Amino acid sequence: MAEAKERKLPAPTVSQETQAYWDAAAKGKLLVRKCTSCGQAHHYPRTICPFCFSDKTEWIEASGKGTIYSYSVMRRAPVPYAMAYVTLAEGPRMVTNIVDCDFDKLKCEQPVKLVFKPTDGGPPLPMFTPA
Amino acid sequence: MSIKGKAYIAGIYEHPTRLAKDISLAQIHAQVAKGALEDAGLTKDDVDGYFCAGDAPGLGPMSMVEYMGLKPRHVDSTDTGGSSYVLHVGHAAEAIAAGKCKVALITLAGRPRAEGMATGTVPRSRGGTPTPDEPFEFPYGPTVVNMYAMCAMRHMHEYGTTSEQLAWIKVAASHHAQHNPHALMRDVVTVEQVVNSPMISDPLHRLDCCVITDGGGAIVVVAPEIAAKLKRPKVKLIGAGEFVKTQMGGKVDLTYSGARFSGAAAFAEAGVKPADIKYASIYDSFTITVLMQLEDLGFCEKGKGGAFVSDGNLIAGTGKLPFNTDGGGLCSNHPGNRGGLTKVLEAVRQLRGEAHPAVQVKNCNLAVAHGTGGSLGLRHGSATVILERE
Ligand SMILES: [Zn+2]
Repeated sequence: MAEAKERKLPAPTVSQETQAYWDAAAKGKLLVRKCTSCGQAHHYPRTICPFCFSDKTEWIEASGKGTIYSYSVMRRAPVPYAMAYVTLAEGPRMVTNIVDCDFDKLKCEQPVKLVFKPTDGGPPLPMFTPA
Repeated sequence: MSIKGKAYIAGIYEHPTRLAKDISLAQIHAQVAKGALEDAGLTKDDVDGYFCAGDAPGLGPMSMVEYMGLKPRHVDSTDTGGSSYVLHVGHAAEAIAAGKCKVALITLAGRPRAEGMATGTVPRSRGGTPTPDEPFEFPYGPTVVNMYAMCAMRHMHEYGTTSEQLAWIKVAASHHAQHNPHALMRDVVTVEQVVNSPMISDPLHRLDCCVITDGGGAIVVVAPEIAAKLKRPKVKLIGAGEFVKTQMGGKVDLTYSGARFSGAAAFAEAGVKPADIKYASIYDSFTITVLMQLEDLGFCEKGKGGAFVSDGNLIAGTGKLPFNTDGGGLCSNHPGNRGGLTKVLEAVRQLRGEAHPAVQVKNCNLAVAHGTGGSLGLRHGSATVILERE
């Protein structure tokens, strides 16, 4: 793909609450926040569980396996891209992109695996590609 | 306490412009306020409650209260995006029922066309301190259209809904818009034209999207004793509901909207059923928005929306459920990218018998107006009102 066709990704804003998530991303790991009171993982990560409101939550490392819940190829962009929700093996569905593939062959429920893409001056973003 | 029968919609006004190059944002708010008060037969000095949302310039209601010279004893600037004004009708009724005001004014204005805003296709950061969700969404490029498109994609996957079925919603809106001299798009379109229009974000085509327009509108909600003294036909509020639907901590479900809850609350309060409704104003930012809300409001079974909207079933005069007879956001007007207020306006016109004769529903005595604001695929505010001709 030509250099000019590379999509530039803006850097995420890192907060006190999510520093560890982005530090892990820089090392190629996807973290998920899990509650030890109700046992459920959630996304995006919070210190207080959005299901049971317990403050007993901890980071776990995601396996990087998932399936596409839904997607849409944004055709009217300088470089078309595939917006998606991926269902993680750990449970939560996350907003992401599907990359490095033929967009016309994407399907709901298709298995995908974790990759990281660099951002403009910030930590890399967890994305997915067909498994 | 219920708001059933505690308030009436006495005045409405829709700005005729669709491109407001030479009018300021504040000016549009005042023009629509003046129009709605004159329609009701009331004056500015009668207003003791004021409602606006994030489209109004300034902090909450303060700048517009000053600009228009109002003296409200009750204000509310709840912002749930395009559904805000439907929600405001319910809140106005609550305030009136509680004795906090008697004449509530709701205004909306916007100039996205004049300002050259790329409304649907460019991701937008709100600026300032980011919302907690923003770092986990904005860098991936969510736009208005691709997040609604993901709902459509999942609906197609689970229920077999087709692009042709979605197209029927635009076709019905276009049949109505041909009679509205102010509508931005007045040409009747076919299913083929919709599905052959350029793909914006799969599976939504250009003609699955609403128009982008400048303009605005206003609503005057009054106490029963005020309505009794006015000369206009009486439109009574009998039910209202609201809900905020989110990603639920990652338990994302794109197959339904908050209308499931706001609608159920409004119908329960009104004591009527979807089958009783003669006319429906349904938020139409995209064709998929309409289809999902019709299912969630209970007009058809979940997953059967595609069949329900097909073959002209939403067209006045021929279909079972006439919807958005002014042409709606899909063809007529989506002022300031916020289409909830105009939904209430056309419902009131239908109940008054003041819709265009070509689309006026016969004996229209019961109507619903429903709004979805924000992003159907990320998080959105839903608001439903049920109105009755007295
Ligand atoms: Zn928990």
